[in-house]
Amino acid sequence: MSRPMLEIEGLDAWYGAARILFDLSLTVARGEAVALIGPNGAGKTTTMKAIMGLVRRHARRLSIDGQDVATLATFRIARLGVGYVPEDRRIFTDLTVAENLALARRPARAGAPAWDEAALFALFPNLAGMLDRPGGQMSGGEQQMLALARALVGNPALLLLDEPSEGVAPIIVEQMIETIRSMKARGLSILISEQNIDLCNAICDRTYEIEHGALRPGGLVEKNSSRPQNE
Amino acid sequence: MSFEAFAADWPLVPALAFQAINGFASASTLFLVAAGLSIIFGVTRIVNMAHGSFYMLGLYVAVTLAPLVPGPLGYWGAVLAAALVMGLLGALVEITVLRRIYRAPELYQLLATFALLLVINDAALYFWGPEDILGPRAPGLTGSVALLGRRLPEYDILLALIGPIVLTVLHIVLTRTRFGRLIRAATQDREMVAVLGINEALLFTAVFALGAAIAGFGGALQMAREPANLLIDLGVLGDAFVVVVVGGMGSIRGAYLAAVLVAQVKALCTALGIIEIAGISFNMSKLTLVAEFLVMAVVLILRPHGLFGRPIPPAHHRGSVEAPLRPLTTTGKFSFIVIILGLAALPFLGAAFSYAPVLALDVLIAALFAASLHFLMGPGGLASFGHAASFGLGAYGTAFAATSLGLDTITAFAFGIAVAALGAALLGSVAVRLEGVYFAMLTLAFAQIVWSVVYQWEDVTGGSNGLFGLWPDPPFDSRTGLYLAALAVTVAGVMLLRYLAFSPFGYGLRAARDSAMRAEASGIPVARLRWLAFIVAGTLGGAAGGLFAFAKGSISPEAISVGRSIDGLVMVLLGGVQSLAGPLLGAGTLTVLQDTVMRETDYWRALLGGLILLVVFAFPGGIAGGLALLARRGAGR
Repeated sequence: MSRPMLEIEGLDAWYGAARILFDLSLTVARGEAVALIGPNGAGKTTTMKAIMGLVRRHARRLSIDGQDVATLATFRIARLGVGYVPEDRRIFTDLTVAENLALARRPARAGAPAWDEAALFALFPNLAGMLDRPGGQMSGGEQQMLALARALVGNPALLLLDEPSEGVAPIIVEQMIETIRSMKARGLSILISEQNIDLCNAICDRTYEIEHGALRPGGLVEKNSSRPQNE
Repeated sequence: MSFEAFAADWPLVPALAFQAINGFASASTLFLVAAGLSIIFGVTRIVNMAHGSFYMLGLYVAVTLAPLVPGPLGYWGAVLAAALVMGLLGALVEITVLRRIYRAPELYQLLATFALLLVINDAALYFWGPEDILGPRAPGLTGSVALLGRRLPEYDILLALIGPIVLTVLHIVLTRTRFGRLIRAATQDREMVAVLGINEALLFTAVFALGAAIAGFGGALQMAREPANLLIDLGVLGDAFVVVVVGGMGSIRGAYLAAVLVAQVKALCTALGIIEIAGISFNMSKLTLVAEFLVMAVVLILRPHGLFGRPIPPAHHRGSVEAPLRPLTTTGKFSFIVIILGLAALPFLGAAFSYAPVLALDVLIAALFAASLHFLMGPGGLASFGHAASFGLGAYGTAFAATSLGLDTITAFAFGIAVAALGAALLGSVAVRLEGVYFAMLTLAFAQIVWSVVYQWEDVTGGSNGLFGLWPDPPFDSRTGLYLAALAVTVAGVMLLRYLAFSPFGYGLRAARDSAMRAEASGIPVARLRWLAFIVAGTLGGAAGGLFAFAKGSISPEAISVGRSIDGLVMVLLGGVQSLAGPLLGAGTLTVLQDTVMRETDYWRALLGGLILLVVFAFPGGIAGGLALLARRGAGR
């Protein structure tokens, strides 16, 4: 059994003086897609930010592919192969699509799927046609695709996806499910926070339920192995 | 029609055109300082008060290096070397000082970089001495070109071209290079830049070095136009603030457009000379500074974020939440009365304490000044970097009324206070539209303008000599009489501020400070409350100025320079922003320090700068904060 892609044990996190996460533990195995579900304010976004080092946090164990990252700066965590797509996308609206992608480009790494231009535009055919468009002039769905693509060109081994379906039209959500499934099929490990159960069921192997900043007891759901898996 | 005939019919046209080209040369210089300031702010969200220092040092380094090698190589080599040295110095400053304050509250960032300005100024004094140093003229560009019947220096034409050239180069760097894209991305969302695996710290250092290098380049280019001296760091900073505020923070083309606008308006005033409106003649060339302020006021009223600016996204790390102010306890009130009685008894203690009332008078004036500034900063949440303007208006108003108008002491004092109140009402109407660093920059620029007007308007203010021979009437003509009157005014002022802080007005101000939007939504007229607070602070600051004028018997521009504003800020900070007693403690401490330690050395600026850095890094709560912490620990035991 290889070591897990992401291993969290006893994670606490704070916003200023307010404590948000309480002793949270979870793992994502290599090549696995795991969902984090729970109501608004449960701490899903904070969990992602804590992994990236964007909020004050403390953990007994916080490791990426076996390497301890609990005290690393955000950019170092990213360089270990973690891609992060925040809930509000945060693409650079002043920069064009091509510029957004160029900034995020990092060399391919062993043990992670590589995304060259061909692979990327096969996944996001729309983006290929709007490379010179400023990010600020894209629709919400297009911005979400750009945010995904921007995370992928960093050639991550682990992708943190924060509520990818939020504010996106249902027809686009359908497309997005296919897109994320093919990302997973290429071997990417994924942690998704979601409220859309259909999306979770279509993509994820396991689900953690989170509430008031802690895992709900018994909230870990392994997918029924008798159900037909992807394909 | 020949040109001569045309020029004879329309004498103003060639004058205007000539000044316009001159204006472009000045615009280039302004732009070189403002561009770096703007880029640094965009990425790091820090307004670098020490930016004028890089400009000044660039000039010093250039005039030192240029004579070493003769000819064009020496001149242009020195210009480039100065830019390079400033870039390296900028990187050093960023790594040693700026990195520690990225997460500090805005006020501390502004003060820490101002402390750098003070330290750098004294370092220049140490290395180059107090005398102006003349640089060489640019080889091959010492001539002039005949234009429109006048002679235009070749060097000015070159300078006029350098602005657009640097603008173009910067534009290419920002749009075509990875470094430039990183700057644009980080200006919008620096956290996301780190998420993409980019080392923010390195980017910040590089950006700071770039800005410092451009400023150093701008300073070095002045070598052929003005001598290196120790005043230009602040002078150029005030101008650059106006340009950056008008152009919009973070926008390069905004900075150039604003530089051109400001420089051209000044040039226009100079070209017009003396004009007559309705029988009264105005010397427009003396109104250049007022014109600068008017340009800024008009732009900010129409576009509060400047020509090309956008609302600044809130910083991800807000300063700590302010602890609520508490009314005085019985013990507190008792101590307050004991202190007042003690101060009132000082003149009657006999010859052994004869110096005590003299020092205490300085402390009282400082305390009133600091308390009035604190009202704006603490409950109002608006850190003014130009409170010296109120002090100056009050002092000059009083002195003018007492000497030139010949009014009696009390009426003259009231006149001075009225002038200060009027000035505050005027500036306040523009300033309260702004918050945070924009507010700080606008107030600093306004104070610089008041200072310059005072310096230049000799008929009324006595120019650089100031106004003197100011003798109060009886019973204020004795040292004791004046001291007791000052004590009464200060106590009344401080009690008024306390009363206001705990009135609905004060509660509204604090609500607006903690969340302007929420306050507005609950029906609190935020802008009007802030405007009133600005007037209250300005009026009492003016009262401090009036007392000062009588205490010294004279008033000169030096007493109302930006140093006075900074002293006020340091007093408030030293005492503690989160306490009403803080500014009083701070005023006492700083005044005694100035009177004892700082007057013993030529390098008091560096000392003051060191003190500021100490407070910012080690004691962010100030003296009052430290005492409160001790008291809490004592009570906890």
